[in-house]
Amino acid sequence: MAIDLENKMETMTGAKALMTALEKEGVKEVFGLPGGANLPMYDEFSRCNIRHILTRHEQSAAHMADGFGRVSRKPGVCFATSGPGATNILTGIATAQADSAPMVAVTGQVPVAMIGKDAFQESDIIGMANPVVKYAFQPRNAREIPEVVKKGFFIAETGRPGPVLIDIPKDVQTNEAEMVFPDEFKIRGYHPWTDPDMVNIEKAIDMLLNAQKPVILAGGGTIISSAFAELQAIAELLMLPVVTTFKGKGAFPENHPLSLGPIGMHGHAEANRIMSEADCVLAIGTRFSDRSVGTFEAFEKRLKIIHMDVDPAEIGKNQTTQVAVVGDVRASLRIMVKMLMQKAIKQNQENQWLKHVKETKQYWQENLKLHPGEMGAAKILRKLRELLPHQSIVTTEVGQHQMWASLFFDVIHPGTFFSSTGLGTMGWGFPAAIGAKVAKPDVHVVDIAGDGSFAMTENSLATAVLEDIPVIVFILNNFTLGMVAQWQRTFYGRRMIGVDQGKCPDYVKLAESYGALGLRAQSMAELDKAIKEALSSKVATVIDIPIDPEEDVLPFVAPGTSLADMVLPS
Amino acid sequence: MWAILSLLVENKPGILFKVTHLFRSRNFNIDSISVGVTDNPEYSRMTITTYGDEKQVTQIVKQLDKLIDTIEVKHLDEHKTVYRELSIFKIKLSNANDSMEINKLANAYGGKVHDVRKESIMVELTATPDQIRAFEELAKPFGIIDVARTGVAALERTGA
Repeated sequence: MAIDLENKMETMTGAKALMTALEKEGVKEVFGLPGGANLPMYDEFSRCNIRHILTRHEQSAAHMADGFGRVSRKPGVCFATSGPGATNILTGIATAQADSAPMVAVTGQVPVAMIGKDAFQESDIIGMANPVVKYAFQPRNAREIPEVVKKGFFIAETGRPGPVLIDIPKDVQTNEAEMVFPDEFKIRGYHPWTDPDMVNIEKAIDMLLNAQKPVILAGGGTIISSAFAELQAIAELLMLPVVTTFKGKGAFPENHPLSLGPIGMHGHAEANRIMSEADCVLAIGTRFSDRSVGTFEAFEKRLKIIHMDVDPAEIGKNQTTQVAVVGDVRASLRIMVKMLMQKAIKQNQENQWLKHVKETKQYWQENLKLHPGEMGAAKILRKLRELLPHQSIVTTEVGQHQMWASLFFDVIHPGTFFSSTGLGTMGWGFPAAIGAKVAKPDVHVVDIAGDGSFAMTENSLATAVLEDIPVIVFILNNFTLGMVAQWQRTFYGRRMIGVDQGKCPDYVKLAESYGALGLRAQSMAELDKAIKEALSSKVATVIDIPIDPEEDVLPFVAPGTSLADMVLPS
Repeated sequence: MWAILSLLVENKPGILFKVTHLFRSRNFNIDSISVGVTDNPEYSRMTITTYGDEKQVTQIVKQLDKLIDTIEVKHLDEHKTVYRELSIFKIKLSNANDSMEINKLANAYGGKVHDVRKESIMVELTATPDQIRAFEELAKPFGIIDVARTGVAALERTGA
């Protein structure tokens, strides 16, 4: 390697430049799977300090990078080869995009001269990925690589975070060039920062102070920008009840007296009720998804909306707002806290609305009917909460167990709960948990899973065991694609089609075959023991918890109806 | 509402795909689109015309603005904008004086006549989309064989 000190230029291959640039970005781990078109990059792992974590499927590599990114708030990195390797990560990329998670995916591509010739393992991954990435690069010349990586990380982690794809043709990896690793660069069309509008923040305060029934709706953006302290300060200064979206679950401690939990299709009864009655909402970092708000029109007329978001395109997309504050929500909330302090505004502990909120919360906490059996979902998840330290990270798969987690697993320490909420990708939770554990090895990481969802990426057990990443998979096993079964019971006359998973596989034996610890819990006593054993286990652990296949997730707001029309357990 | 959008974009491959894909994925329609490089070869200007209510147009402008390869996105006020479209009509000649009539019509609209044959004549017309439609209506009785239109190109007037 020749070094030209004068111009800080170094001659090296594109592959070497990529790994050097990743090291400069602080990357310590890469999740991936090698193949023909990314071999030159893989060869560089033998000469650098980045750890490669081998997965059994590229989709899982992307989910691991996603989980890593959400927890560390730095882009997680995944590698895949061209063709099928690249198409396999697409679901993972789309998942990260839907949930605004920072990620950098690096794919190998056939050599430049072969592009467009339908070469072996060629896929137009740039064309396929464009609709689901924040940005995609395909450097055609090795010397572009350092700047592409620098820009890629910047785009992935700033503003509203998202996935960036870097597709590198094989000859671009092997070609040598004089590399300059820039400290500065410009992207003319990208302006991730907007200073929050002070006048609008003042208007928002006035609106909240003049409202009779104000409420805070905290979305996923609150967690992404770590605005936990600011959110709590505002809630406590103005004595506002806090509901969250599902993605915002855990933005606010769920054991706080002002917390009502998530609203939505399977929101907490008290949260949906209070949201339906409110006359003014401070919506923070949310896109008003249909799953969160149902048909908002029903009460939109009397509801005044203050919307804070980093993405100006979210303002007015799904909901008409009275006051909009564009900018990082943490920065906006900080200004709001400062203004409230300056004006010495502090609301009284007691008022009519708050009294009503407290009564509503208490009523539903006492009167929501739960499954009568010993192994009902609520009892199982409350047991997990009781034994799991508050700092632990929880991910979920997608399905009934996910919504039960939303209902019955309280997040106490903000920013410790992650789920595939936008795309709803089954199989996300387990690999994401592995990525999370890599980002934060010192805390327990639990994937609250269902059998259907876990089956989609269960081969990540190999990664967890061989790479010594001891996460816990907590399977609420109803031997069914439970959420689909619930809809078939509810909307399709109990005609159960394509949902029976049989008792296949035996998850204890499956875990053991991978060298993981497999435990089964069929009673609360066994569950207690199993959780404790898993928490002290040095290897990845699967806890299989058979439950009643007929248990529904309730309350339920049917699609196309309003939060006020909640279906309750009978 | 008919809206003219003007986009200054990076002159790089794949940008047209991103812009048109955005319209499809966000459920908006493109009425016309024209693209050309600017005096600075690093940039291209796209002019897109679309239909939508105010909320939809605001949303599409924001989504276009969010694309990293768009430098500037403007919803132009048509009263403060010079906008034109080039169209070429091939029109049938059936009667002896059709050629003269079409010539007159083309002149009235500021058009130019090309390729005069025994059975057909071509008219090149640069005008606003409304004027082109009006010309088309008047040319119809002669029998229009083919039409090609470029889509609108537009620039804001100075001081607008």
